[in-house]
Amino acid sequence: MLHITTLHYLVLGAALFLLGVIGVLTRRNVVIVLMSIELILNAVNLNLVAFSRFWGGVHGQVFAIFVITDAAAEAAVGLGILIAFFRNKETINIDEVNLLKW
Amino acid sequence: MLIGGVLVITRKNAVHSALALIVTLLAQAAIYLMLYAPFVAGVQIILYAGGIMVLFLFVIMLVSIERTEKERQFNKQWLVGIVAAGALGGLFITVYSKGQSIFPDRALPIAEAQNTQVVGTMLYGQYMFAFEIASLLLLVAIIGAVVMAKKRI
Repeated sequence: MLHITTLHYLVLGAALFLLGVIGVLTRRNVVIVLMSIELILNAVNLNLVAFSRFWGGVHGQVFAIFVITDAAAEAAVGLGILIAFFRNKETINIDEVNLLKW
Repeated sequence: MLIGGVLVITRKNAVHSALALIVTLLAQAAIYLMLYAPFVAGVQIILYAGGIMVLFLFVIMLVSIERTEKERQFNKQWLVGIVAAGALGGLFITVYSKGQSIFPDRALPIAEAQNTQVVGTMLYGQYMFAFEIASLLLLVAIIGAVVMAKKRI
């Protein structure tokens, strides 16, 4: 039976991070891009808690709680911006966010 | 958890992606329990899966029209995105294969019954400043989200 070391958790966190990055870079729907950002934040949280277990203290877990709080705030503001944008342009395509393009 | 992650980024329907993300977050809470962090697992379920995802589902219901499902779902620059993610993956593989020997498996004392107490003591003791700043950040985020989504300012 394989013994689960810290490295396994780190590799899982890295894989989740990669999935989130692919989601951010390749999807057109703005809501799915925001959800991929939440995936990235979760991968970072997994790293933090794995290292908190490795070193024995709870500092990593406290940091992870703060990251979850920040993710909630950022998701709320991002979705508010999305609603304001949708009210103006009637589309949720990221390709059409080009008002500032030269 | 990885299957949930793949489903998040590949579904055409946004509601399917949100449900896959809920599955991913619940699996992540289970992994936190494996890491002897029950408080973070509880916070994850309550805040993330119970708060943020409900917010996402509300906004998806408000915003998604039927015709977005019939359009093309991947970006114009999807190839560049996959290449960049592949480069990042190669970097991760290099780092992990070089540093594989520095993570020995330690047998740490498991103080699971007092985890919430210790986390609470830390939050109100050493990290008190960050705690207050986080509450200020949440206040600013509430005001910002309400102002952004109002019809008339």
